[in-house]
Amino acid sequence: MPEFKRPHALCDVPLHYCPGCTHGIIHRLVAEVIDEMGIEGDTIGVCPVGCSVMAYDYFNCDMLEASHGRSPAVATGVKRANPDKFVFTYQGDGDLAAIGTAETVHAATRGENITVIFVNNTTYGMTGGQMAPTTLPGQITQTTPYGRNTSVEGFPVKMCEMLSQLDGVALAERVTVIDPKSVMTAKKAIRKGFEFQKNKQGFSIIEVLSTCPTNWGKTPIEALQRLKDEMIPYYPLGVYKEGAVR
Amino acid sequence: MTNDILLAGFGGQGILFIGKMLAYLGLYGEKQVSWLPSYGPEMRGGTCNCSVCVSDDPIGSPLVLEPDNLLVMNTPSYDKFIGSVKSGGNCFIDSTLIEAVCDRADISCFYVPATRLANENDLHGMANVILLGKMIKETGMADEAVIEKTVKKVVPPKKAHLIDANLKALKIGMSQ
Amino acid sequence: MSELTLMKGNEALAEAAIRAGCKCFFGYPITPQTEISAYLSKRMPKVGGVFLQAESEVAAINMVYGCAGSGIRCMTSSSSPGISLKTEGISYIAGADLPCVIINVQRGGPGLGGIQPSQADYWQVTRALGHGDFHVLVFAPSTVQEMADTVTKAFDLADKYRMPAVILADGLLGQMMEPVAFDENAEIKLSDASNKPWAATGHGNKRKHNIINSLYLQAAELEEKVRARFERYEQVKANETMAECYKTEDADIVVAAYGSTARLAKSAVELARKEGIKAGVFRPITLWPYPVKEINEACKNAKKALTVEMSMGQMVDDVKLALNCRIPVEFFGRTGGVIPGPAEILNKIKEMIGGDK
Repeated sequence: MPEFKRPHALCDVPLHYCPGCTHGIIHRLVAEVIDEMGIEGDTIGVCPVGCSVMAYDYFNCDMLEASHGRSPAVATGVKRANPDKFVFTYQGDGDLAAIGTAETVHAATRGENITVIFVNNTTYGMTGGQMAPTTLPGQITQTTPYGRNTSVEGFPVKMCEMLSQLDGVALAERVTVIDPKSVMTAKKAIRKGFEFQKNKQGFSIIEVLSTCPTNWGKTPIEALQRLKDEMIPYYPLGVYKEGAVR
Repeated sequence: MTNDILLAGFGGQGILFIGKMLAYLGLYGEKQVSWLPSYGPEMRGGTCNCSVCVSDDPIGSPLVLEPDNLLVMNTPSYDKFIGSVKSGGNCFIDSTLIEAVCDRADISCFYVPATRLANENDLHGMANVILLGKMIKETGMADEAVIEKTVKKVVPPKKAHLIDANLKALKIGMSQ
Repeated sequence: MSELTLMKGNEALAEAAIRAGCKCFFGYPITPQTEISAYLSKRMPKVGGVFLQAESEVAAINMVYGCAGSGIRCMTSSSSPGISLKTEGISYIAGADLPCVIINVQRGGPGLGGIQPSQADYWQVTRALGHGDFHVLVFAPSTVQEMADTVTKAFDLADKYRMPAVILADGLLGQMMEPVAFDENAEIKLSDASNKPWAATGHGNKRKHNIINSLYLQAAELEEKVRARFERYEQVKANETMAECYKTEDADIVVAAYGSTARLAKSAVELARKEGIKAGVFRPITLWPYPVKEINEACKNAKKALTVEMSMGQMVDDVKLALNCRIPVEFFGRTGGVIPGPAEILNKIKEMIGGDK
């Protein structure tokens, strides 16, 4: 029976995330995959601006902190210089799907051989809960106090659906981490992303639907329920694209 | 001793190419040289000119505003630059394309029907080189060995079959 | 050295970058730096390097951030409007103490401006190439050979001081051809991350993890980081200034000019000397750090100084600061892509000398 302990690829430091936020679980899954593949020494991570801005203190591999939205470009620079190393980005929805859309789309269409962990919690957590590109129609945020009105603010971006249309994408999968079963599926997807990278198959993105109890104004349990009831119907889980690009 | 040269015509007439030829003639003649294109958004068909400086001393301004030698291949360039030639300087004119006759008494003008000569000698598109040949002859800026070395250098390898044609065009120009 | 061959400034710079070990180039098309990208797209694959055309200048500079962060010599190039887009990334690169080389083949501005040569980005590059307290090394070549030579220097000093280095050229230098020589026997050896123990290359289970970062949320910690960087800048100022003096020894009037304008100034000084005016040229090769000692030496006998630029007057501030108002400093310039002719510069020199009599 394996002992349950902290993965080596996760540093032994307290995380700053709010109670009930699922960043901690997602960090752990990435670290477990790095451990299981034995690639910590060959892995370079790029973290974003957003709640996970300090992920460089949490992952035990070499890390770079990118400016807002530019992680895929930074990761491209790292990967082109070190094609045999594992390079991943860890980004939130504002970072990846608003300010960094161009970098995301072009890294994807180039088939940049990196793995993107995309954490979608439908809000800008770090700055206090403003509307995100993925905020659901009707969702109340600090900057949509009457609920997101699609005739004013437009519609949410569905990144996996969008990116799955690109030839350079080897894997686009949406997962979540709200119960043991979904956690196991999420881990498998992350592992797949790193395996695809190992086989030089191209760009992989794993979108993880995540909670933000603090800015949603909910308890952790209510937040998980909201994710299940409201987010999953709009952002269906599953594999949007999987296949050898190269 | 400095020789400031201005070459002008339409884009596509090979103005920049003969500029490069001139610069290499200078370089292989052990002079200091510079080559500066005037560039605009238009690549073909627009006006095009090129400054070449050949000097015994390091070149200061690579931009030729008052040429010792002017070579022109269209009327707009002739009109624009003929007044800027230094007193005592030379102007080389493709008289097939430019009807004007210069009334300046302080410069020497050489009228060469370069385009017609090119067509008559099966050297289509080489009026520029013919006119350059005339400039080389009148200024005595290069000997035969340097000319041959230059042509071999500036004609790109995939157009090597044009080396002889270029040498022929230069000779026709030099015999005018 | 190889046989002298004619190359455009942009091409000579690109070739020199490869010879300096630049392994990766990230760019985005813009006139008049185009030949740099075109040249490297041909050459990089042949020497085992990387050429990548990014989706924007913003992406390109962030690719440089990633590549430099993993310890590899890399470069980007652009022209004025594109450099403005890169400033965010340059600030992060400076804040993370990363070495890289950035080329600005200047064109007229502001806004889309024009595509003719200009020197209107002097303030931007020497004062604020991005937000925050930092400097970048700035080199201003004035010949095609120097376009090549300063690139090598820029890579070396960027590595030595762990800071970005900029080559501030302009459309005239980039597009003109002059003879240039490279050492043909020199082996082309693209850089690796050895000698950069700080780089994020994968720790190989041999050391603690490296972090490339510019975020310090504790004010005191950030202050300490910035102060340490500024101590390094003092060393740069003390040791790395470069300048050329031309006929300044006996000059009554010294013309200060950099880059291609310095060539025009030299021509003007030659004309002035023919008329019996004792004029000379002071040409800073590093614009940051500014060669303060050198300009004071060049102006030791001068009664007046004239700064000539292809702008409305930007470097003139540094000339005044460096000379500390010891002698009058005047300015002459053309802007918008208009190149000041030697005759116009001579007129200004004569006007200033005439005012003396």
